[in-house]
Amino acid sequence: MSFAPIKSVTSRTVVLEQENIDTDQIIPARFLTTTSQSGLGQSAFYDWRFEEDGTPKGVDLFNSDQRADYRILVAGQNFGCGSSREHAPWALKGFGFDAVISSDIADIFTSNSLKNQFLPVVIDAPSHAYLLDNPGIELTIDLENQIVTTPNGGFQASFKVEPFARQCLLQGVDTLGHLMNQMDDIKAFEAQRGDAA
Amino acid sequence: MASETLFEKIWAKRLVTEETDASPGVLYIDLHLIHEVTSPQAFAVLKKRGLKVRRTDRTFGTLDHSTPTLPPDKNGALPFATKDAETQVKTLIANCEEHGIELAGLGDPRRGIVHVIGPELGLTQPGKTIVCGDSHTSTHGAFGAIAFGIGTTEVGHVLATQCVLQRKPKTMRVMFDGPLQPGVSAKDLALAMVAAVGADGGQGYSVEFAGEAVRGLSMEGRMTLCNMSIEAGARFGLVAPDDKTINWVKDRPYAPKGAAWDKAVAEWETLYTDDDATFDKEVRVDATKIQPMITFGVSPDAALPAEALTPAPKNEVEQHAADYMKFEAGRPFADMAVNKVFIGSCTNSRLSDLREAAEIFRGRHVYDGVVALVVPGSEAVRKAAEAEGLHDVFTNAGAQWREPGCSMCIAMNGDKGEPGDLVVSTSNRNFIGRQGQGVRTVLASPATAAASAIAGHIADPRKFMLEKAS
Repeated sequence: MSFAPIKSVTSRTVVLEQENIDTDQIIPARFLTTTSQSGLGQSAFYDWRFEEDGTPKGVDLFNSDQRADYRILVAGQNFGCGSSREHAPWALKGFGFDAVISSDIADIFTSNSLKNQFLPVVIDAPSHAYLLDNPGIELTIDLENQIVTTPNGGFQASFKVEPFARQCLLQGVDTLGHLMNQMDDIKAFEAQRGDAA
Repeated sequence: MASETLFEKIWAKRLVTEETDASPGVLYIDLHLIHEVTSPQAFAVLKKRGLKVRRTDRTFGTLDHSTPTLPPDKNGALPFATKDAETQVKTLIANCEEHGIELAGLGDPRRGIVHVIGPELGLTQPGKTIVCGDSHTSTHGAFGAIAFGIGTTEVGHVLATQCVLQRKPKTMRVMFDGPLQPGVSAKDLALAMVAAVGADGGQGYSVEFAGEAVRGLSMEGRMTLCNMSIEAGARFGLVAPDDKTINWVKDRPYAPKGAAWDKAVAEWETLYTDDDATFDKEVRVDATKIQPMITFGVSPDAALPAEALTPAPKNEVEQHAADYMKFEAGRPFADMAVNKVFIGSCTNSRLSDLREAAEIFRGRHVYDGVVALVVPGSEAVRKAAEAEGLHDVFTNAGAQWREPGCSMCIAMNGDKGEPGDLVVSTSNRNFIGRQGQGVRTVLASPATAAASAIAGHIADPRKFMLEKAS
């Protein structure tokens, strides 16, 4: 299976400076009773955006009609902690975000994001602090060179994405095909254990 | 042979392909547990690509997250919270039927929370690699297994190939020196662990729990501890198997039998960290100092003894948490009035947990206006608890005795708190809104939760235990 390759993301930032933004914040569990992975964008950060009766909680970038210009999230440390729900990157993508930048992003969330063309970008603490202090600036996340920059180059921070996941994103191929290609080795492993399928 | 940690010994044996700089290793999965929430989209991918489930014999399903904990109505219909919840449950039933996967479905005496039934049925065994689309899969590490949560895309990978792509994590050991004091439980140890490591301190690590206090825990207690590894950011938590582990697994339905059992035990006895093996990180905790713990913030590492005073917020993050929780700095936690109490979840819903709570409830009554729910982790736990009369202890005390499921831990099935409620909960996450919009969650042990239900405010259970003894 293939998708459009991702070389870079250029957009303005939305800053959520809270630390430990867990997957229950990103998409509350009551929206997980779906059997689909589409349509979850409307539930992203639902309890931050809406009152209990569904009225919007005031105008901010979350509920603004300009949000298409703001596709990069900058969030506090330990973003995406908590549950393994892949609904979290599905919801963020569905809402219109393409990437999150933090000083620290949870393991399972990172793994899930990379499989859904949503970029988890971890940068050093001083660079992260700068981005937290400057909401709305334009950034380019260059996946090929693994660097985050402002248009004038005044800000630069490097990051690392797991090499295999990065190649998959750059080439627009998913990981299941790669695993399926190793079926002979998998069968040999089972046979060696006396456990052929 | 080079010295290895427990984790490394198991990992090496399950690698189909070693990792390289360019690509992760291919890790073989011995047991894949599935439930209704994180599997439907994976089955949809299989269908789209015309793929089959490769090893139905290594796959086992249960229904737990979206199932009601109230009994069927007089027509036998289950009171699902929403149509979607019912559809999700039916979707897993249909997928398991279509692919020939064994399912502990509705009405099945084996049904229950995935991390309760895996060990109960003997599916969970030392040395296995175990995955589930659920971050609390680390629970199974209590048996000396490599058990970890995966996302739905990876659920699809395992269904199709029985493997996942993984890089080997770094290793950490948390050493608990000395024994636990009387009246202190595994949950208190787990909360102390999360506080010591920090909510993200375990990221990128597999954590081995060791030391006298861990050896002293029952298997249920070790499950509680390993369950909360992910609350410290670690996908993997494990304890080396010992006689307790082996005795626990023996004679369970899916445990090896006869000669296969002897062979398995011989292998399990090799599963320990070599004396001179080294870890990438070591943390030491003085277990003798641990007291009954509660959380006062919105991250599980904000944990202190139940008898302590609310600390003053040290930064904006803590201030934000304090504003939400409405805990006032300098005042005892015991001043906080409780609205609801939840005893259950994959952390604390096993028979020993229910016994611990029942000892506090016995002969007492839930404080006026407090709603207390006791939700067994599985049908088997329910049956065993009822055989001991624990359900009568709970209901006589004014608590509700429910059907098995995840219930108020994740509040997907309609069991939830109301805005502003303070809920003392034996579950694993105190995240904002986790137990319902605007709900304030305090994590605690079954004994502390029961004591708080009786007292009507956050309470250290030891005084109730002492009263009993005198």
